[in-house]
Amino acid sequence: MTSPAAYQVSHLDALEAESIFVMREVVAEMERPVLLFSGGKDSIVMLRLAQKAFAPANIPFPVMHVDTGHNFPEVLDYRDQRVAELGLQLIVASVPEALNRGMVRESADGMRNRIQTPVLLDAVEKHRFDALFGGARRDEEKARAKERVFSFRDEFGQWDPKNQRPELWSLYNGRHHPGESIRVFPLSNWTELDVWHYIARERIPLPSIYYAHEREVIERDGMFYAVNEFFRARAGEQPFKAQVRYRTVGDASCTAAVRSDADTVEKVIEEVAATRITERGATRGDDRVSEAAMEDRKREGYF
Amino acid sequence: MSVETVAPAEADASARPMDLLRFATAGSVDDGKSTLIGRLLYDTKSLFSDQLAAVEAVSAARGDEYTNLALLTDGLRAEREQGITIDVAYRYFATPRRKFIIADTPGHIQYTRNMVTGASTADLALILVDARKGLVEQSRRHAFLCSLLRVPHLVLCVNKMDLVDWSQEVFERIADEFTAFAAKLDVPDLTVVPISALRGDNIVSRSENMPWYEGPSLLHHLERVHIASDRNLVDVRFPVQYVIRPQSTTVTDYRGYAGQVASGVLKPGDEVMVLPSGFTSRIAAVETADGPVDEAFPPMSVTVRLTDEIDISRGDMICRPNNAPMVAQDIEAMVCWMDESRPLQVGGRYAIKHTTRSARTIVRELHYRLDVNSLHRDETAGELKLNEIGRVRLRTTVPLLADEYRRNRTTGGFVIIDEATNRTVGAGMIVEAG
Repeated sequence: MTSPAAYQVSHLDALEAESIFVMREVVAEMERPVLLFSGGKDSIVMLRLAQKAFAPANIPFPVMHVDTGHNFPEVLDYRDQRVAELGLQLIVASVPEALNRGMVRESADGMRNRIQTPVLLDAVEKHRFDALFGGARRDEEKARAKERVFSFRDEFGQWDPKNQRPELWSLYNGRHHPGESIRVFPLSNWTELDVWHYIARERIPLPSIYYAHEREVIERDGMFYAVNEFFRARAGEQPFKAQVRYRTVGDASCTAAVRSDADTVEKVIEEVAATRITERGATRGDDRVSEAAMEDRKREGYF
Repeated sequence: MSVETVAPAEADASARPMDLLRFATAGSVDDGKSTLIGRLLYDTKSLFSDQLAAVEAVSAARGDEYTNLALLTDGLRAEREQGITIDVAYRYFATPRRKFIIADTPGHIQYTRNMVTGASTADLALILVDARKGLVEQSRRHAFLCSLLRVPHLVLCVNKMDLVDWSQEVFERIADEFTAFAAKLDVPDLTVVPISALRGDNIVSRSENMPWYEGPSLLHHLERVHIASDRNLVDVRFPVQYVIRPQSTTVTDYRGYAGQVASGVLKPGDEVMVLPSGFTSRIAAVETADGPVDEAFPPMSVTVRLTDEIDISRGDMICRPNNAPMVAQDIEAMVCWMDESRPLQVGGRYAIKHTTRSARTIVRELHYRLDVNSLHRDETAGELKLNEIGRVRLRTTVPLLADEYRRNRTTGGFVIIDEATNRTVGAGMIVEAG
């Protein structure tokens, strides 16, 4: 027999195999799964894994975008193009619509991160989804570092960190009562760098804003925000042109860019390998609210 | 902390592929476990400046005398408020040789449940002891749980060597005592390293303070420990996860069995048997989305196609005619109980999940409860409470396709689920089946 060394797999192959296993478990055991697709790099990688998990069949579930109304146009175009290419059903859970209906109210600071949650939960209830694939990774944030791959949510969509199901070997417990659901995180064990290596290896196209480009920005709290219809400069903030790229893509009113010359995937990998600031720390105004901002949002039913 | 660091993860994707090592850490805050993890993350440039700044700020606000690296892993509000670690935290770092996943398990609260969870997927377990205190009850318990979960490699870190004047004698006394204890537990590979996590001695590079130590630094060992042979490449076990049958006009008559290889090597042309039916066929192709492959082995996720049309569904197992798992409804197993509200009781009925197969089960017998400190068997025990471990006999509604856990961690492990609450209440390791 060939030596065991011949049967080694790279870390990317091991991660890919684990994620594919997780996605197949969900489709085999759950009734109505849906994949949360924002047009961000993690959900894009997740979509590629879904393609691989069920090939040569089509992806056997719809995708859902929780649309805050504060979008980067490049990302919306990308979303629509991917969905068309793959022949997917796209469900849009719209925050502006929910605002019009009076279901949610705009918060004082104009950030829509928190009010996404009731809109998401409303869509889950309406479509009776029992499994939601999310692109969250455990390396992103410390509340996420303790979340399961199959994360149980009660009938209010809430996460209870002290009452999580033990997760052993590759045995995932997706059992739930009607109205309850499971958030599933196939990328749990991936890091930001793993995601970029995979994007390079698989030659996955991304929205252009992930690569360096010139943009008019203002500097606030040490972060660079694009000036656009959702984000206005305050008095004393002087917009200037800078070479930037986005490390994360979220709501356009609270996602900041980083200064960067990385205009190719190889250069981005170099940059990410060398950076000493976390991606959320560098780019997300919403995580700076408090020490437990993410945990609090997750408890309420956030991604 | 010293400024000595190793290169960050390879930026060049075309370089020699990194592999993946999962390890579990065990020890209490006092043993310096968080400091060690902080040190590994810091020295491999996996700790970010905003994370460090946040920890420093919170430490200062709480009046800690030093930067409390435990705050890095204690992510939940209750943990920070109460100064305890509640749950397994997963951490990541990489060197050019390997990517590492740390399952960091707390030392006290829910200790056994968390340790068992973290160890279940670990290639290696890292146990810390304080050089001043030597082995304590908890160190023996850690070692026992690692052997119960069949973690292939064990590393004992004798920490705080700076506080015992880098004494070779102290180190050797602890190493000898632990080695003798581990021998009773059937630990396949044991390495003992003297370290100072706080000062960085023997973490990334060899310590100049302990010239008498001739072994590798901890990171050197973690990067090079040989894990390829830990996988079972002999027994072909392919639990069918999902049947792929495209409803499409372009792909017709396609029927593929999707799953992750649990053990063994599958090749096109191989004669195979499908359980529980016992029908035999040949492998027509092993496929991935990127095309067919010549062979599949753990941990690959693939799709297997057979030359004959056989009725196969999720929960079935593809194996070899002359090397098959047991097909059994009576299962002897070690069970670790994980539920605080209701104990395991003889006569109790539960759901069970084993590979891709689900069944119902009844507990026929509880042979004994094991004292994880003394290894004493209490044969009068009538139940297993939270964090207790015992040997049970189960009867299942449908046969399980099972191997002994010591031979196969994937086809030998199962979880027990409470059918009323849907909670995962127990973890089982099959000893024998009939």
